[in-house]
Amino acid sequence: MRHIISILIENEAGALSRVSGLFSARGYNIESLTVAPTQDPSLSRMTLVTSGSDEIIEQITKQLNKLIDVVKLIDLSESSHIERELMMVKVRAVNGAREEIKRLADIFRGKIIDVTPGTFVIEITGEKSKVDAFLSALAEDSIIEVVRTGASGISRGDRGLTL
Amino acid sequence: MELSGAEIVIQCLKDEGVEYIFGYPGGAVLHIYDALFRQEDVKHILVRHEQGATHAADGYARSTGKPGVVLVTSGPGATNAVTGIATAYMDSIPMVVLSGQVPLPVIGSDAFQECDTVGITRPCVKHNFLVKDVHKIAETIKKAFYIATTGRPGPVVVDIPKDITDPRVKIPYEYPRSVSLRSYHPSTKGHRWQIKKAVELLLSAKRPMVYSGGGVVLGNASDELTRLVDLLGFPITNTLMGLGAYPATGQHFVGMLGMHGTYEANMAMHDCDMLLAIGARFDDRVTGKIAEFCPYAKIVHIDVDPASISKTVRVDVPIVGEVASVLTDLCDMIQSGERRPDREALATWWDRISHWQKVDCLRFDRSGTVIKPQFVVEQLYEATHGDAFITSDVGQHQMWAAQFYKFDKPRRWINSGGLGTMGFGLPAAIGVKLAHPDSEVCCITGEASIQMCIQELATALQYRTPIKIVNLNNGYMGMVRQWQEFSYESRYSHSYLETIPDFVKLAEAYGHVGMRIEKAADVRPALEEALKLKDRTVFMDFLTDPTENVYPMIEAGKAHNDMRLSPGMIDARELA
Repeated sequence: MRHIISILIENEAGALSRVSGLFSARGYNIESLTVAPTQDPSLSRMTLVTSGSDEIIEQITKQLNKLIDVVKLIDLSESSHIERELMMVKVRAVNGAREEIKRLADIFRGKIIDVTPGTFVIEITGEKSKVDAFLSALAEDSIIEVVRTGASGISRGDRGLTL
Repeated sequence: MELSGAEIVIQCLKDEGVEYIFGYPGGAVLHIYDALFRQEDVKHILVRHEQGATHAADGYARSTGKPGVVLVTSGPGATNAVTGIATAYMDSIPMVVLSGQVPLPVIGSDAFQECDTVGITRPCVKHNFLVKDVHKIAETIKKAFYIATTGRPGPVVVDIPKDITDPRVKIPYEYPRSVSLRSYHPSTKGHRWQIKKAVELLLSAKRPMVYSGGGVVLGNASDELTRLVDLLGFPITNTLMGLGAYPATGQHFVGMLGMHGTYEANMAMHDCDMLLAIGARFDDRVTGKIAEFCPYAKIVHIDVDPASISKTVRVDVPIVGEVASVLTDLCDMIQSGERRPDREALATWWDRISHWQKVDCLRFDRSGTVIKPQFVVEQLYEATHGDAFITSDVGQHQMWAAQFYKFDKPRRWINSGGLGTMGFGLPAAIGVKLAHPDSEVCCITGEASIQMCIQELATALQYRTPIKIVNLNNGYMGMVRQWQEFSYESRYSHSYLETIPDFVKLAEAYGHVGMRIEKAADVRPALEEALKLKDRTVFMDFLTDPTENVYPMIEAGKAHNDMRLSPGMIDARELA
């Protein structure tokens, strides 16, 4: 099953490699991994999407907690949460296709953030499934380049992953 | 007090109470070595290879419970230390390794003797640091000792660039009194509710079994374990790492378990209906086939490391906490309650176990003049009155040492269980002897293993650490040969050492006493003679039966009740 794990980790050199090294050393999957500092610059927040049986996920969370740099973590999939991913896609847009692509971007609440006579760059935010759907709605031969951030997540309600 | 970075490193070790540091100098640590030269509190032991430094520090740590400390230079100094660091990591041994690094401005430029020590050691340390500021040295070393010695112990590497140890830059020094890390809070006390559930399971068991591991030794919980086992009257088995935690001559001990465990211990594991696992990690050499591991048992697992719980085997009652504290709580709760173990069921269970014990699974042929390796260990046990510190290398001799030397005390059996590092025994023995100068320290080894760190014979002479080396020389990498006999139709692919040095002359060349023993009748007299040479290291080269195998054996992937016994031995199920 797919799990989304949020981690508060010391914002120190090498902290990211401790996490990624753990996954490769123990043979766990990483579907995506995003990381950036929080409002407290000494802490980074990491969102890690992985998959595995309940036993494997239990080991993953235990092994992550065992890393000295990991301050706190939560498996967001265990409760109600919000998940977003940002994608920028550069597409070929000429003649009649320009209108068509703009309409498609509007339907997905995407934004065109760069325009040239032959191309658009479209920014789209949403859950993985929405971003996937937008990508498959585009004609395959129109896509020049795709960049995705991977999922970031936050829990619903008044509780938060804080110190 | 104003000190340079190099002086701070040494002063921190003094403030930490470090007695010995095991190391080897080199360019990146020259400032630190200069600071070491100008003091006498921290004694430096110069090894002949950095692997030896880590193993010697490891032996010191295992035999005392105090952290072992190592000092190596950058690049090859650090990479040579990696095997020893990984050895300590796999067996959860507290160790602090200080490594030199090239100066900060040239890090990343492929400078002379540069390697990414933090990157290379990351997967085999509990934690590591690269210190980038002279003002952070004291704090970092304090953290390193704290992390290495608390919770589930392990090695910590502190990588120190040369420029921050510059003797010309002096800063005020104060060693932090305490340290707290917001991201590191090892558990101490077990959860009361879980302990209560464990007590219920223990007291309702009909066929209970206690399985305890290295965590009991590391957690100094031997007395608490003995108290619990004697209170309940349950059978107990120890893992390779746990030997000595419950006395081997104690009435409830059924021997080691696992791949080369006793018949009775493995059969009892298979048939038990309640398993109490304490400070053990369900290693594959212990469990055999996971799908058939303790098929009838409810499992209680006590461990300080939550990640060890339900890692390979699902347990019913997990208890996270320091073993000594949890065991005390367990005993107290049992003693304050009314209920007692089911004596009748227990008597029936012990009857079955004694039936298994009748197989006498460790029996070996004593008739010939050829030296049986088991006989040497047995005679060593008697000659040292069971009271020596025994280090070992890895292979058949290690298993015979574990089977035939009956350890009654913890921290007496010093071996590389997890990583299985050949070359461990000799340097480890030097570390043990430094820590226990008045005790007998013997290294049981084989002609293949001993050659992996043979250069440390010079260290043993330099620091006058008289140890007794018991070399079980059968000409083969014995355990490899055994597996090849059983699983590869006796195709002994590269497991025979055609050229073996004359160990007697070799020992003499290093300034020690060498002895060669070729007949069974000479074993005991030779041991007695060697043990009398109190102030000398003696290398005893026993030419042993090259065809002898370690029995019983659970071959890889088989279950506990599927053991290969010594040829001619009758399985208890056929006896019945």
